[in-house]
Amino acid sequence: MTTASQQTHQSSSGSLQPKGWLKYFSFSLDHKVIGLQYLVCGFIFYLIGGSLASAIRIELSSPMSDFMARDTYNQVLTLHGTIMIFLWIVPVVNGAFGNYLIPFYVGARDMAFPRLNAVAFWLIPPAGLMLITSYFITGAAESGWTAYPPLSITTPAAGQIIWILSVLLLGGSSIFGGINFIATILKLRRPGLKLMQLPMYCWAMLGTSILVVLSTPVLAGTLILLSFDIVAHTGFFNPTLGGNVIVYQHLFWFYSHPAVYIMVLPAFGLVSEILPVHCRKPLFGYSTMVYSIMAIVFLGLIVWAHHMFTSGTPPWMRLFFTIATSFIAVPTGIKFFNWVATLWGGRISLNSAVLFSCGFIANFVLGGITGVALAQVPFDIHVHDTYFVVAHFHYIVYGGSVFVIFSSIYHWYPKFTGRMLNEDLGRLHFLLTFLGFNLCFAPQHWLGLNGMPRRVAEYDPQFTFINQLSSIGALIMALSTLPFLWNVIQSAFKGAIAGDNPWEALTPEWLTTSPPPVENWTGMAPLVKEPYGYGIKEESIQIQSPDISDPENNKQ
Amino acid sequence: MLGLALVVGGLWIGQNVNLLPDSASANAPVYDELFRVLFSIGTILFLGIVGLVIYSLIRFRRRPGQSKDGLALEGNLPLEIFWTAVPAVVVLFVGLYSYDIYDRMGGMQPLAQSAVHNHQAIEAKERVWGGIGSGPIELSKQAKSSLSVEVTALQFAFLFHYPEGDIISGELHVPSGQPVSMRMESKDVIHAFWVPEFRLKQDVIPGQPTILNFTATKPGRYPIVCAELCGPYHGSMRSTVVVEAPDEYKRWFKENSKDPILEA
Repeated sequence: MTTASQQTHQSSSGSLQPKGWLKYFSFSLDHKVIGLQYLVCGFIFYLIGGSLASAIRIELSSPMSDFMARDTYNQVLTLHGTIMIFLWIVPVVNGAFGNYLIPFYVGARDMAFPRLNAVAFWLIPPAGLMLITSYFITGAAESGWTAYPPLSITTPAAGQIIWILSVLLLGGSSIFGGINFIATILKLRRPGLKLMQLPMYCWAMLGTSILVVLSTPVLAGTLILLSFDIVAHTGFFNPTLGGNVIVYQHLFWFYSHPAVYIMVLPAFGLVSEILPVHCRKPLFGYSTMVYSIMAIVFLGLIVWAHHMFTSGTPPWMRLFFTIATSFIAVPTGIKFFNWVATLWGGRISLNSAVLFSCGFIANFVLGGITGVALAQVPFDIHVHDTYFVVAHFHYIVYGGSVFVIFSSIYHWYPKFTGRMLNEDLGRLHFLLTFLGFNLCFAPQHWLGLNGMPRRVAEYDPQFTFINQLSSIGALIMALSTLPFLWNVIQSAFKGAIAGDNPWEALTPEWLTTSPPPVENWTGMAPLVKEPYGYGIKEESIQIQSPDISDPENNKQ
Repeated sequence: MLGLALVVGGLWIGQNVNLLPDSASANAPVYDELFRVLFSIGTILFLGIVGLVIYSLIRFRRRPGQSKDGLALEGNLPLEIFWTAVPAVVVLFVGLYSYDIYDRMGGMQPLAQSAVHNHQAIEAKERVWGGIGSGPIELSKQAKSSLSVEVTALQFAFLFHYPEGDIISGELHVPSGQPVSMRMESKDVIHAFWVPEFRLKQDVIPGQPTILNFTATKPGRYPIVCAELCGPYHGSMRSTVVVEAPDEYKRWFKENSKDPILEA
């Protein structure tokens, strides 16, 4: 029924849509076009955010504030954080891959609400443009991406208000996307497809979308109150008018901690899709993976105050949030052990997609371990708001989410374009990114422990050498984008023809042409009950050979 | 065997690689103990998991000519229960242990329980001083032996007021071995008082006084760093805490005191 009505609606509006490359600049309703719009748009913002990061690292390669003015530095770090979170990672791991893959995975021809979907995407470029141009016109916000009052109330108002407006637009986009994903996953499933047969990324997106829908409105409300404080001189968070600055922090982190899972859970889902294909093995422990996603969603909502251990937080609250936060390590740990078990005994192709996924595992494990340490109040009291925290969250969001984004691009590029990426350039990209990333951020743990606070333009000269080391790492990271960019652009024209299913994958998006037709399948959507049936399929085909399921014989 | 080597290696690294600065307060050694335990556990887990990943990538890599799929292992319930239970136990241990550390640092003392407990004397004799907490508290009600300092933070400096001698100073002078109780408030935006060598940090908040207690143990000059973004000059908002032997501190106090009785 739904599919039928969608079909008519698609074909009536589809004829008005531009064809060819122009469709990527149009208000297209095709989920695949929207997905790629998200991806390319996000990547452009990544390049901008990355340039800002380079500016920060140049400033920090000497202990004096000498590369840019001090308030410019604060604007740059605010823009860097906001762009990387709201315009790169969140839109790409959710919007780009979610839009491209979810309709395939549930066996639908499009998302549940294609117009809402297009609106959600088209909110992003103006919001991002507004945010960035504010730097040139009025000066951008300079109170960090956290915008804690009273600093955000006392810094120049124009930049702060523009920051609030663009985050509100981006939050709106995120909510529209979340509603759409929930509706698509729950209501557009192909008849006969059960929830527990869905590919893991669907579960990750379901969990993420629940978080988006529950917590983003809280951020929106908070920022609206903050804008009242700035524009109308109300006193919600302004202490001179009797407001409470701590309340803002609670409300802000009620969104912004789940935001970490909004960036990371989809990445978990994507890795769960990529590894089984290239290891030729079923995803290990499907049902425990599903339960651990849901456990992370639940726990993720009740840990926000661990960002506030040094604020005015009473002891019982410190204790509760320490315990709740620590326990997130359990479901997260399950996922990591399951991935390692997925690798174990596989036939692993060591291609760029696998390298980036395994780089993600290594980085994220380190970020997770420092995360559990940071959850302990006495530990956090020393390193809160220092470079230790900077290192920790970059290991989570860059070493985690961004590595997965690259892995996913290497994995799905043949589906997007019908052409393969160059493997050698891909491996070079991985090597540079992995080395540069670790050189940049690993030393920052030491900086934080030894007394360098975050968000500073000048620091104690004893930290100069380690900061220069970190800046060299950042330089390598910046250079690592070059082989990637070259690879992506030239492969689109000259890459080897991929065929429909170059990885011989079993998930539904590979069971159609590459790139897929407008409504995904020419006939009925296939019913994929075993998206990870590697080895099993072979077993059923070669049912005569008994050795296959015996690990001892397989080792030979 | 390999596991044993891993555990021993992790413990050795955790105990012997020092990533921390000097420790100069009574709660710093307690902190360092926690750090070493967490560092050991973290090293074991990190090397273990990454080792497994690298081993799998090499051992199970697709060799030329292999076209079959891998093992059709879809799960193993006992194994999955095992690796749910192990992290749960580790996390529980870390949680309880850090609670103990927090308690020994004085974090669970009622001093922080805001106005309700204002009049409770602090039973901290057997504890390491270094209470960390928030909320208004009357300094006069505190243990006699503690030195009271009122800290005012503003863009972009810390001011230290000693009510006893009515001293206002830009540097914090404290005697070693004597508990110090600071009542901190900000004039404008949120700042944070951090002394890395004391392993202590507390935000200084406008409109809501916070308390930080500590006992310095090692004479020397240590940086006070503002750790909360407070404006363009946030990076240069630094001061110094001078920990002195009690005699030297008394001399400094007398030289600067405006209180005529004490001067006499």
